[in-house]
Amino acid sequence: MLSAGPTPRVSLDTWEFVIAAENGTEHRWSWQELMALPQETPMVDIHCVTHWSKLGTTWQGVSLDTLLDGVDTGAHFALAHSYGGYTTNLPLDDLRGGRAWVAHTFDGAPLAPEHGGPARLLVPHLYFWKSAKWVRGIRLKTMDEPGFWETAGYHDYGDPWREQRYQGD
Amino acid sequence: MTEMSYLDGNMLDGPLRELFAVDMSTAMGRCENCGMTGSMASLHVFAHAPGLIARCPSCEAVMLRLVRAPDRAWLDLRGTTFLQVPMPLEQTQPGPL
Repeated sequence: MLSAGPTPRVSLDTWEFVIAAENGTEHRWSWQELMALPQETPMVDIHCVTHWSKLGTTWQGVSLDTLLDGVDTGAHFALAHSYGGYTTNLPLDDLRGGRAWVAHTFDGAPLAPEHGGPARLLVPHLYFWKSAKWVRGIRLKTMDEPGFWETAGYHDYGDPWREQRYQGD
Repeated sequence: MTEMSYLDGNMLDGPLRELFAVDMSTAMGRCENCGMTGSMASLHVFAHAPGLIARCPSCEAVMLRLVRAPDRAWLDLRGTTFLQVPMPLEQTQPGPL
């Protein structure tokens, strides 16, 4: 597992997920509210930038399509942010279309803190540094804003099939 | 509560030796976030990541990030206000006779 710092321990009592639209409007979910939303169980392949892949992983979580439904936005970009301060940027279109989830269960068990629990972003069609551990929210943006690794040499988009590891790849 | 699974800053010596001509393990750095000044060897280095991340031992703010591609390296020191590097004592030049 890869981690940029100490593992945050987030209580489910205080956990929340926030989508902030570019006009400042915030949409918030508590843990109970997240669990009350329709749940999906994607089985996906994941690809780490450090040259490993894991095939057929099973998760449970809430689709970003569900969370973004009802969010009024004209933004084209998203910046995911995490408990602990990590950030990563993605085009908003990549969070839509059944390709991204806020995942809380891995292989039938609650997601462990060292793997990003209570909940992490799951965007398996991009390199796994885009699947932010300990996700706390998403800010919708009209301009692309590079995140933690994207400001330090890593690729802005991170398509594993094109091996977009570093800037210019 | 946090889990501490880091290495000490001495491990930065090899990776930084590629970039710097001086021994960085003996350098001092000041944290931009909390102002603590200490040796680079005292930083907490998280190496299990796409790059190296060195955090302040006092406030855990990121002081240094080093990403190494096969043909390039990126060094981000925005979390470090200054680096103080020991230098050989400057020889006094003889004055005019």
